[in-house]
Amino acid sequence: MSYADVGITILWTFLFGYIIVASIDFGAGFFSYYSVVTGHQNVIHNIVQRYLSPVWEVTNVFLVFFYVGLVGFFPDAAYYYGTALLVLGSVAIVLLAIRGAYYAFNTYGSSTKERSKVYMALYGATGLLIPAGLSTILAISEGGIIEEAGGRVLFDWREFFTNPYTWSVIILAIVSVLYISAMFLAYYAKKARDQGAFKILRGYALFWSGPTILASLFAFFQIYKQNPEHFMAMIDNSWMFVASLLFFLVAVYFMVKGENLGLGFIAVMLQFGFAWFGYGRSHLPYILYPYINIHESITNESTAIALIIVFAAGLLVVIPSIVLIMRLFLFNAKYVSGQSPKKG
Amino acid sequence: MSSMDPVLLSRILTEVTLFVHIIFASYGVGVPLMILLAEWRGVRTNDQHYVLLARRWARGFVISVAIGVVTGTSIGLQLSLLWPTFMRVAGRAIALPLFMETFAFFAEAIFLGMYLYTWERFKNKYTHLLLLIPVALGSSASAFFITTVNAFMNYPQGFTLQNGVFTNVQPFKAMFNPATPTKVAHVLASSYTVSAALLTCIAAYNILKGRKHVYYKKALKLTAISAFVFAVITAIIGDFSGKYLAQYQPAKLAAAEWHFETMRQAPFVFGGVLGENNEIKYGIKIPYALSILAGNSPNYEVIGLDRIPDDEEPPLYIHYLFDLKVSTGVLLVIIPLLYMLRKKLPGKKHYPKWLLVLLVALAPLAMTAYELGWIFSEVGRQPWILVGYMKVEEAATTSTNVGSMLVLFIILYLVLCISCIRVLSKLFRNRSAEEEMQERGMEGGDHI
Repeated sequence: MSYADVGITILWTFLFGYIIVASIDFGAGFFSYYSVVTGHQNVIHNIVQRYLSPVWEVTNVFLVFFYVGLVGFFPDAAYYYGTALLVLGSVAIVLLAIRGAYYAFNTYGSSTKERSKVYMALYGATGLLIPAGLSTILAISEGGIIEEAGGRVLFDWREFFTNPYTWSVIILAIVSVLYISAMFLAYYAKKARDQGAFKILRGYALFWSGPTILASLFAFFQIYKQNPEHFMAMIDNSWMFVASLLFFLVAVYFMVKGENLGLGFIAVMLQFGFAWFGYGRSHLPYILYPYINIHESITNESTAIALIIVFAAGLLVVIPSIVLIMRLFLFNAKYVSGQSPKKG
Repeated sequence: MSSMDPVLLSRILTEVTLFVHIIFASYGVGVPLMILLAEWRGVRTNDQHYVLLARRWARGFVISVAIGVVTGTSIGLQLSLLWPTFMRVAGRAIALPLFMETFAFFAEAIFLGMYLYTWERFKNKYTHLLLLIPVALGSSASAFFITTVNAFMNYPQGFTLQNGVFTNVQPFKAMFNPATPTKVAHVLASSYTVSAALLTCIAAYNILKGRKHVYYKKALKLTAISAFVFAVITAIIGDFSGKYLAQYQPAKLAAAEWHFETMRQAPFVFGGVLGENNEIKYGIKIPYALSILAGNSPNYEVIGLDRIPDDEEPPLYIHYLFDLKVSTGVLLVIIPLLYMLRKKLPGKKHYPKWLLVLLVALAPLAMTAYELGWIFSEVGRQPWILVGYMKVEEAATTSTNVGSMLVLFIILYLVLCISCIRVLSKLFRNRSAEEEMQERGMEGGDHI
């Protein structure tokens, strides 16, 4: 494997981690809001808070990891995406900032009674807007929206908004967030032996499974129109998408039965994992079609080696920490069921 | 105009983001250490007042960390959005410390979450305390790594520039450049000072308001002594930074000192204003002091602005920033020293009102010094973004939307900061330390 391949694999894996962790987070925000509006507030709100509170900062780290790694391995990405995405990127930063800060303010800075509906609405809305916004990068990476002319990088807003592929990834992002999140939270509620919350969340999970698969198919066929070269490469890797579909069926089966939900969530991760890596693999060698090719814009060898070494060393810190936090919070029966003292 | 505008606007937007970020980032680096000190003392001497102190600090700390995190994400992404050409070229050399920083941040983030939710959960009373060590280490390590990036921009090395591309990059040599030791040490020490000063201010404010519980006096003792120690260390490292500048970045030192002619036995100018033809009016001249500051000897030759090409000269107003920063730095040492000598001061009270007012002023003074120091350091390397290699104009984005983004971010930061202050004041007003001591069954109301 070349450094370029190692680099892009590391980055793609981070992004996958972000998708799973952030989906749970973003979807939870939306469900929390939805539950306030429909009066289910107390039933699922506690479950959501108990899961999210200790991990809220971690989600952001995955995104920053990805961004720093991308710029590090492929410095041209900073140039093209950086120049073209000033507006979209800034809006995404603002949304992330509002969500992150107000989550902390509300969770750590106030008592339960003070939670305002405005805040919940903001939290729910950003939970859908952020993934929608971030997902458009996938559409942009297919080419045709960022153009280089006369030594300047330009962003074609008209093409961006009128392109059906842009909208197909936005829809896919939103429904996937709701699906992944509901699948996880239903599992978490079941673990907490919270029947009320489990029933509602199971309903959400099953409700969103249909649109998820439809949106995936829609996006799949839009790629054919947008970038036929990419589509053909996807056909070559079609077994990965078939595997993804099978794991989807397994996950939904467990959810319908209401048992083995831990395995069910692993199936959800495999479902998205296969689709994600299948998509990513067939997108190569381009990070931005046709300007950034991983083999041409890879950083120098010494930096690539140093980054890979640091990455390996970093994992030695990160993986035990994740295991520890899971044992303390996720798989700790006392904490999950709410008997343990909450915050200092 | 349209080609220059993005440069100026990008500079302003970066300045605004950093101005806000470093406030919360400095607390993010220093406060965990203070929490660790308080809880360690509490657990070791079995004094619950210190444990409560750690607990209350930690609660306020999370709120400020939130803004540190989101503004940190902002500046991280803005590096590419506003300075794409810089990142394309220098990305090869600075990616390593940036990457390491995110790992340090990860450790900090994950253990902070654990620390906040595991009070009274472990049988061994030291276990909870141990969770704070990775938080304190992680935040200081982040500061370390990110400051090496800044040091690299001040003293780029470890690469060859060929046709606008870095080749032969040695990432570790780039990271450990001559500017790194003094910069990193100064940033860490001053962050600890700023944090200790903030907590001193809070403790002194409570006593000033007439709260008499021994809890507040213990808090003041711990914080004021820490502030003194950190401020002295910061000042000593500041002196090393001066010597570094004289040797490696003479333009910055010469502009800061209005040192126009290269000479030995150079005087140090304090204050003053610059007249036409660069005459210094009303300044206090201390003979030989600049040579001693720069090279430990009155005969040290200090390079003046005469040796710096005109188009590479930093703006001369940084002299005011430098003087103000140094003066505030001196106050940061004297005020806590007065507190430590309070029993020997004239007058009967050990906590005279004027002393408490000075201690309250410690937080804004420290923050002012911190901001001034950073502005001095950054403006002092104008016109370069990579000293000697790339000027700021060549690095900025060509996008025409920077102006509206500037407005957007100013609104965002204003809203965030105002909310942060409101949330924090509500948090502590709604539940006073006395109430909490009673809730926890600690001896309440004993006035010493």
